[in-house]
Amino acid sequence: MFAYLVRRLFLMLVTLFGISVVIFFLLRIVPGNIVDILFAAAGYVDPADKATLEKELGIDQPLVVQYLHWIGGFLRGDFGYSYVSEKPALQEILPRIPITARLAGLALLFSASIGIPLGVISAVKQGTRLDYALRVISLSGLSLPSFWLGLLILTASVAMFGQMPIFNPNPQTYLEAFATYAVPAAAVGFRSAALTMRITRSSMLEVLRQDYIRTARAKGASDAAVNYQHALKNAILPVITVIGIEAAFLIGGLIVTETVFNIPGVARFLVEAIRWRDYPIVQNLVMLIAVVVVSANFIVDMLYAVFDPRIRYTD
Amino acid sequence: MRSVWALAATAALSLLAFSTITLAGEPKQGGILRMYHRDSPGNASIHEGATYSINVPFMPVFNNLVIYKQEVAQNSMDTIVPELAESWAWAGDNKTLTFKLRQGVKWHDGKPFTSADVKCTFDMLMGKSQQKFRQNPRKTWYEQVNDVTTSGDFEVSFNLKRPQPSLLALLASGYTPVYPCHVSPGEMRTHPIGTGPFRFVEFKANESIKLVRNPDYWRKGRPYLDGIEFTIIPNRSTAILAFVAGKFDMTFPTHITIPLLKDVKSQSPNAVCRVEPTNVSTNIIVNSSAPPFDNIDIRRAMAMALDRKAFVSILFEGQADIGGTMLPPPQGLWGMPKDPLESIPGYGPDVNASREEARKLMQKAGYGPDKHLAVKVATRNLAEYRDPAVILIDQLKSIYIDGELDVVETANWFPKVARKDYMLGLNLTGNAVDDPDQSFYENYSCGSERNYTNYCNKEIEKLFDVQSQETDLNKRKKLVWDIDKKLQEDVARPIIFHARAGTCWHPYVKGVTVMSNSSYNGYRYEDVWMDK
Repeated sequence: MFAYLVRRLFLMLVTLFGISVVIFFLLRIVPGNIVDILFAAAGYVDPADKATLEKELGIDQPLVVQYLHWIGGFLRGDFGYSYVSEKPALQEILPRIPITARLAGLALLFSASIGIPLGVISAVKQGTRLDYALRVISLSGLSLPSFWLGLLILTASVAMFGQMPIFNPNPQTYLEAFATYAVPAAAVGFRSAALTMRITRSSMLEVLRQDYIRTARAKGASDAAVNYQHALKNAILPVITVIGIEAAFLIGGLIVTETVFNIPGVARFLVEAIRWRDYPIVQNLVMLIAVVVVSANFIVDMLYAVFDPRIRYTD
Repeated sequence: MRSVWALAATAALSLLAFSTITLAGEPKQGGILRMYHRDSPGNASIHEGATYSINVPFMPVFNNLVIYKQEVAQNSMDTIVPELAESWAWAGDNKTLTFKLRQGVKWHDGKPFTSADVKCTFDMLMGKSQQKFRQNPRKTWYEQVNDVTTSGDFEVSFNLKRPQPSLLALLASGYTPVYPCHVSPGEMRTHPIGTGPFRFVEFKANESIKLVRNPDYWRKGRPYLDGIEFTIIPNRSTAILAFVAGKFDMTFPTHITIPLLKDVKSQSPNAVCRVEPTNVSTNIIVNSSAPPFDNIDIRRAMAMALDRKAFVSILFEGQADIGGTMLPPPQGLWGMPKDPLESIPGYGPDVNASREEARKLMQKAGYGPDKHLAVKVATRNLAEYRDPAVILIDQLKSIYIDGELDVVETANWFPKVARKDYMLGLNLTGNAVDDPDQSFYENYSCGSERNYTNYCNKEIEKLFDVQSQETDLNKRKKLVWDIDKKLQEDVARPIIFHARAGTCWHPYVKGVTVMSNSSYNGYRYEDVWMDK
């Protein structure tokens, strides 16, 4: 197990190094930089002022020097300054992380708590009206874009209740705090729940056809025990994989949801930073996300090994 | 006796009714004005920006030497009033403009305001000081200012190279606040210090901007509001829904397009909405330094193919204005009247006849039904640019020009335009001040940084100077019309239309004036109050 752990850790570090190179150079391939944008916003270009500003921000240096400067700072915990707000990048990024984390956590919770039980029910009741209804719901969840669903929720709330579940930065009660996040989390988690449900259903159907399930039933185990103790335990592995992937994919979904519900999280902030070519923010934020995603995958892999001991010996 | 009682009762009721009316109309102190902001401004320094996304939230922090009366919609020389100045006077053959300054005014950090601050500000704007702005987009405004001198702590003079009466108009713009000497330009971008009615509290990028009442404001009894809070909501649908749901007292100024205005009014029937010209023109930039538009016939043909009314009716349901460079009347002070305007080729009422002539010009240049001219129409990737560009492409088909839309991200737009990497471009030009000096020199003078097409006509430039020095308003107006007509005939930068947009607020918000000939000058907010 220890060797497996070390191997996975090494792979994780190599992956992160690769990501840092890709992030850095991809950003530079995109035409235009912060100085171009600042002058675009001012409606004029003064070559002398432009050169001064590029020098001041250090973006006139060779790319390798810029990369080493950034990655060295990142490893030391020095994230530099935002080109736009001129505040420390970390000071800009950190307050936004809990907001997005709460939203993503709630969305994942929504996804798992709705998707897994409904997937099990759909599989157990295969071919019934309930199964068909659940499959239609899951298909619609996969088809409806979260921005559309979000706007629909907002419009319906205003039309029906004259209220709007828009972000409240200072909730007074836990209920208010929950309400602030619950609606957008449901909007973004709906698609994820639909996917989880479909994966759970297909995985359950495969497991339910196994001999040992028939044996369990023959031994007189209850339906609940068969479905949840014997079948689900073995069917859950692909579901965990999907939830792990979804955790990373959620960031993409959150960009739209944070924009529609006006939530000041990191996802929307990242889009704005890309728009401004605010390299210190984009590089460090994407790198932080990469660390989270790679770590999540690492944890999922470890969970695999816990759930299926064969993996730790064969991989 | 009964009649006496009846009379007394009537009198009492009348008095009560009158007093109620008076009370309802009298400004009340207090309340936080909640407004959404359309995007996150790059910084908080008005002098370093060229978008009213900065003016709207930060103009309340500052004062100018002079300002356009905030309760009058149309900016003109007659509506300029002193602010940090107490008075002004022209002297020395109209080449010296002297301001007597208000005494006892304090910056928000408690330091006293003096003439040194005025000198510092304008020295920086003219690029004459040690401290420099990171960007200085309006340096050209002060090209005629030789220097700024002080006489004691409360008098300052602008010494000009030649008379320029409209310097006062430029000084009255929301773009011309006085900055403190003791605060660096860098600090002003992140934490502005002013003398204005509201103090800066915080600016969280992409989140919010908060201002609070300045209790030491020199204008006693103002501002009425305790503060202003801007929530940054880039998504227009979300922002408007939030306004309708009562989350905000007011929309971002001129943020409601004409088609959206109907939605707002249907969902919030009590909302007060004003539609005014924004003094932003939609125009075509033509690369006349390279084929095929180095041919004046093709440029003229293109200008004559425009059906401006179609643009206005498709994009604004008829609520926009057709004119030349200057904003058309009645809101615009300097726009050409109907007759001279319609005498310009392409502006006449008969579009078909105009296009027929345009086709002849195209045929003369070697194009026709069997040989179309293929062009790329470049524009920024924003709806207000893209939509008219699509209509333009459609209209150009009528004169054998096949246009292809070339959508360019904002970051690449100005570099592309600067290196002349375009054939035709659809562009928007905002005018901060409804004055020919601002518009002509900035957009059409030889060598100006914002003269994107590098149009250069020395004869016309001489006329710019003549109109600029003219003190007789009517004479100047005629000169301006002649110049504007010539600019359109030269296809310097064909103007398609001047946009209008809406601003809405809930009925309890009082004292709001939407400026009718500028989107940059009306956001001091010291007279705004809430009847709540």
